[in-house]
Amino acid sequence: MSTLTISGLHVAYGRTEAVRGIDLTVAEGQVVTLIGANGAGKTTILRTLSGLIRPRAGQILFDGRDVAGMAPHLIAGLGIVQVPEGRQVFADLTVGENLALGAWLVRDARATQQRHETILARFPRLRERLGQPAGALSGGEQQMLAMGRALMAAPRLLLLDEPSMGLAPLVVEEIFALIAELKAAGTTILLVEQNASAALEVADVAYVLEVGRITLSGPAAQVARNPAVVAAYLGG
Amino acid sequence: MLAQQLVNGILLGATYALFALGFTLMFGVLRVINLVYGFYFTAGAFVALWLTQAGFPLVLALPAAAVGAGAIAVVLDAVLLTRLRRTKADELSSLMVTLGAVLALYAGMAAWLGPDIRRLRPGLVGSGALDLWGLRVTVAQLLILAASGVLVGALLWLVRGTRLGLAIRAMAEKPDAAALMGINTAGLAATVSFISGALAGAGGVLIGLNFNAIHPYMGEQMMLRGFVVVIVGGLGDIFGALLAGLLLGVVEVLTAGYLASGLKEAVGFAILVAVLWTRPAGLFGRTDVRRA
Repeated sequence: MSTLTISGLHVAYGRTEAVRGIDLTVAEGQVVTLIGANGAGKTTILRTLSGLIRPRAGQILFDGRDVAGMAPHLIAGLGIVQVPEGRQVFADLTVGENLALGAWLVRDARATQQRHETILARFPRLRERLGQPAGALSGGEQQMLAMGRALMAAPRLLLLDEPSMGLAPLVVEEIFALIAELKAAGTTILLVEQNASAALEVADVAYVLEVGRITLSGPAAQVARNPAVVAAYLGG
Repeated sequence: MLAQQLVNGILLGATYALFALGFTLMFGVLRVINLVYGFYFTAGAFVALWLTQAGFPLVLALPAAAVGAGAIAVVLDAVLLTRLRRTKADELSSLMVTLGAVLALYAGMAAWLGPDIRRLRPGLVGSGALDLWGLRVTVAQLLILAASGVLVGALLWLVRGTRLGLAIRAMAEKPDAAALMGINTAGLAATVSFISGALAGAGGVLIGLNFNAIHPYMGEQMMLRGFVVVIVGGLGDIFGALLAGLLLGVVEVLTAGYLASGLKEAVGFAILVAVLWTRPAGLFGRTDVRRA
């Protein structure tokens, strides 16, 4: 019943190997976090999962189907939806157009309309700014838009890449509250974060990535108590 | 006299604008400087030439030439540019690759067909001229103006008012994020190639009609002007290309009329240099098709 199973994944940029054989599983309804320092290969893994980079070797099984090396739009079509690092909202398009693009692959107009309403109810700031270019939003609002845009696709697996990066503490709290809400609603999430303490708090399972290798994994609460993790990531 | 010159300038400028639109669309969305674009212009003119020689009317030959040039653009762009885009090569690489390719294509075409100037069969459009409030306008010029207007309007509607246009603007801004939304960016790139090639092809037919001179190198001559227009208008800026095209047409005609006809090209390039000196992002300061 597990939804995502990565095994033996290698990813390289030219001759530099960024991901050196990792195994990782995200079961349905779980929040799994991948923590690690800058440059450990976290973003590379998410970009590979979404098909933006072709892996050198390894398998990425999603519901029993190997998606490694598939085109990004086909992977998105299977329900693997990513909120990329740095938000990547379409700055010159309006908030409404950004949300519409999130539902690009959804054929059911009524479901799209419903989701649109739910998202605007959850993020009233976006409703106020529907007709404005996304570039005019604050960083926190852009992150909310990026999340809302991803939710428009009704993801079966949501990939979040550093959702708290560069945001004010209050906004970070808001983002993690939203992740907890999504978790309560049963959304399957793979969360990549540098804010390890917040990520470990919300996650069920945690993996620690160091220079392209998984060095530790287990239940999040257990990983959070590991002395090496405390020393390296939790500022203990 | 001045009014007549302005009318001629605007009519000439409309063809420049039409030619530049596809080029600027391609740059705005695909981030490549595609000099093969000039070849699509030549190809469109020849398709129309052959079809009208075979007895088809212009109303059929013009769209067929546009579709033919669009199809050629899809194939050539896929061959030449896919690899460059995949490796996210810079604009200079695309400039060099397409410069080499287009010179080979022109030379190959000249070797195959001969470099002579061919003429469209007489009587395709009324050869007469109309007298509008004392201004002389030929039927061919009116046709060019109308066709340019329709094509420009259609392009703006496509980009601003349709679902496809939304995807095009998204991809122009952030191709990776567009792919994450589920947009088939490779397929969309081919669609943009088609639209851009079709605009070039239509431009080739209309200008072939205006000057009644069709030859393999006609795209190369046009490409130089097209370059001035898209850079002055701001690379990737559809409205900018439109205005700059009209401007260049008027300036060329006025230069030829009041100074010397030999100077008209020099003036065009002097404008290019002056604009690049003072406003590197183009006359209108915007740089992207997504703000079309």
